[in-house]
Amino acid sequence: MTNNNTIGRLHAPSRRELLLASGVLFAWAHMPKLALAEGRDPRLLVVVLRGALDGLAAVAPVGDQDWVKLRGDKALLLDGPTPALALDNFFALNPAMPNLHRLYQAKQAAIVHAAATPYRERSHFDGQDVLESGLSRPGTTDTGWLNRALGAIEPAGRVGGKQAFAVGPVTPLVVRGPAPVMSWTPPRLQPASDDTIARLLDLYRHTDPALARALEERMGLAAIARAGGMTDAMAPPKPGQPRPAGAGAQVKAYFAEAAGAAAKFMARPDGPRVGALAFDGWDTHADEGALNGRLAILLSALDGALAAIETGMGGAWGQAVVAIVTEFGRTARINGTDGTDHGTATVALLAGGAVKGGRVIADWPGLKQLHDGRDLKPTTDLRAVLKGVLRDHLRVGDNALAAKVFPDSGAVKPMGGLVG
Amino acid sequence: MTLDPKAQAALALHRFGFGPRAGTIATIASDPRGALLAELDRPGIGRLTDPDLFTTGEAARAVFDYRQERKAARLIERAEREATSQTPTPAPTPTPQAGMEKDAKPEAAPAPKAAPQPPIPQQIYLEEAKVRFDAALAAELGFVERLVWFWSNHFCVSADKVRPFAGAYEREAIRAHVLGRFADMLLAVEQHPAMLVYLDNARSIGPKSPAGVNRGRGLNENLAREILELHTVGVRSVYTQPDVTNFAKVITGWTVIAPRQDPARGGEFSFNVRMHEPGAQTVIGKSYPDTGIEQGRAVLADLAKHPATAKHLATKLARHFVADTPSPALVGVLSRRFLDTGGDLKEMAKALVTSPEAWDAPRGKLKRPSEWIVSSMRATGVPVPDIRPILNAQNLLGEPLWRPPAPKGFPDDAASWLDGLAQRLDIANQLARRVGGLVDPEQTTDAALGPLASEQTRQTIKRAESRPQALALLLMAPEFQRR
Repeated sequence: MTNNNTIGRLHAPSRRELLLASGVLFAWAHMPKLALAEGRDPRLLVVVLRGALDGLAAVAPVGDQDWVKLRGDKALLLDGPTPALALDNFFALNPAMPNLHRLYQAKQAAIVHAAATPYRERSHFDGQDVLESGLSRPGTTDTGWLNRALGAIEPAGRVGGKQAFAVGPVTPLVVRGPAPVMSWTPPRLQPASDDTIARLLDLYRHTDPALARALEERMGLAAIARAGGMTDAMAPPKPGQPRPAGAGAQVKAYFAEAAGAAAKFMARPDGPRVGALAFDGWDTHADEGALNGRLAILLSALDGALAAIETGMGGAWGQAVVAIVTEFGRTARINGTDGTDHGTATVALLAGGAVKGGRVIADWPGLKQLHDGRDLKPTTDLRAVLKGVLRDHLRVGDNALAAKVFPDSGAVKPMGGLVG
Repeated sequence: MTLDPKAQAALALHRFGFGPRAGTIATIASDPRGALLAELDRPGIGRLTDPDLFTTGEAARAVFDYRQERKAARLIERAEREATSQTPTPAPTPTPQAGMEKDAKPEAAPAPKAAPQPPIPQQIYLEEAKVRFDAALAAELGFVERLVWFWSNHFCVSADKVRPFAGAYEREAIRAHVLGRFADMLLAVEQHPAMLVYLDNARSIGPKSPAGVNRGRGLNENLAREILELHTVGVRSVYTQPDVTNFAKVITGWTVIAPRQDPARGGEFSFNVRMHEPGAQTVIGKSYPDTGIEQGRAVLADLAKHPATAKHLATKLARHFVADTPSPALVGVLSRRFLDTGGDLKEMAKALVTSPEAWDAPRGKLKRPSEWIVSSMRATGVPVPDIRPILNAQNLLGEPLWRPPAPKGFPDDAASWLDGLAQRLDIANQLARRVGGLVDPEQTTDAALGPLASEQTRQTIKRAESRPQALALLLMAPEFQRR
């Protein structure tokens, strides 16, 4: 009944084009003048892991006699079925992170354990606000510590060709603020995570079975469509069924692409020197899978991202610090659904040629006495770590760090010797 | 009514409007029904008054001029190319572009393309889409805009065939009468150039008309059939095939002036008596003498007040707003009000929001993708400077703006849209990643759902691992998907 279109057809966009809109790398378009004067040209890339990384599952205290008691058969061990990678005579790294292990052995990666922001409650939103704002408690704030740190550095010449960056519509809190930032978006959709789908399905199953059925069917079809090649980070695993081999390929590809491209920008002589990325999905309440499940996939993706950063930075890797932080840790014990709940202390990872690595930095609190009877006790203030990096790597002044970058943090001294 | 006032306000906004914006639930909580009725009485409501928008005629002439210019440019280009190829000296490079630029250096890179302006028909379409979307975002409740969208879908045309006219059509034929008489809307629709082109009546010629006799061309039944089947009395109702054929003859001559024939009035409606089938015609048991254009108007006037039309429209209206299978009681109320008021659409809208059935029905309707997108943008309060991502999202979700798959329009039942749920999650995820860091999920839940949010939904949102995830879950929550 309708004839051929004589007027022209609306360009039907691919999914890829459609999803171009969200910015991922947020970067500062200047060089730090003081560092340049010292003959250095430092790079700093901050990676925020949203959802709260289980620091104990990433870097396990295998030498702590209470470790196995707490985690049971979920405990990462040097001699377990999936052997952990030894770091020193007390800590071992999750085997999903061979690149980080290699960097650690090359003294280009350091791990800070039992670290936490000053936040002691367990809300993701507030926790991320504290992590990114640099304030000592949650509250209304429009600016992040990284941006305020940039404001405290005397800039040398502006960098960044106009071609390389677009101004993003919205930036994450950690880089929001008066110092101008640019954003770049990887041309790939970050798929709705397993975790988001699982949460939504759970809600639907309890409240709207018709929607649950519809979503399950679609996800099932999507899994079939992708079978054999790119698998399927999107389809939720059926209870009791192992993940297909190569699971998480999409997540891994996304992490690597975003991180690698960010590093390539930052490596250029006219590229930005400071940037930030965020990766989601770390809220592992059920079926955490630290050894061969979901968390192992995420850690492997993060490890791949580190490798991509190292490659992408090229010659600038020697001048680089990558700081990987998360809002808080998770419970020391496994919960009733083979996962972990919101906790307190966790790890911070530092990698890069400028890092004085090859060590786990921890004032280890032990696992006998847990914070609130459930969480790893915080013994290192994460702000001390970040202040140390900002001071020694970018040459942000002590006064600015104490008052402006991390307000009211005068008592938290910058941790020395992380860089150099 | 068992709902508390705020729950009723939230229901009013989702079911009859475009969903809450920050604060609207509280604003109308004292009298949600009164707020809906008041919107119907607001002066100028439903109209769009953007002086930059083209009328249908202006759009048609602009497109005609644009095509003429392109054609001329192509002719010139071809002539120059032929001239170049006849010169004995070979051109520096064989590309046509180089041939046109006499002083182009051979090693020069191809001239950088200026950001390409979309063709004129697409520019008009985008402009119209933006104005329409902004109206939906800006509406206090959105009841009248929802009515516009409903009637526009009932009387749909397809932009695939009439791209530059789709927006003007909705403004001129639908909005102008959305709170007026159905008979007037029906006439405005069936005489509108967009509809006459879309359903081929512009080319339909009475076989015994002067034009038909001369050219040996004839009848096209498309528009006549759809008027009966879709626009008025409804399929399998009171008409037969001879009624369709006769009605098609009645409206022969209802056509559109070609811009090349009349540069001043091109693109506008005209009754061309030379195409009109002479003689009386019988449609649904009544004979209509040949009174030229009035013959068709008389048939439409009778169709507009037919009880089958009342029932058809009442069923569709109730299905759109209230339930996939609306209660016969509600359909009866709407149908009676339609007939009692001579097809007054404002009275019908009032009957809808004053019927207890329209409020008491369970919230089982799945929002159509376009409704869901608008309500999402209203809930987050995010400005929409560029309409294209919105249109792309609608395409992805299977409801491209003004491009229904068939003259029946987009379906209005959950079964048709359930399959798209996974794509909705993609869109929600994308939107949330873009704006989720800026909004407070729990405040947004209160503003968007108020008391409608179940404890499970609140907990799911509260426990999300990040604000973007919380926002995506809110937009995907059953209470936000359904109304």
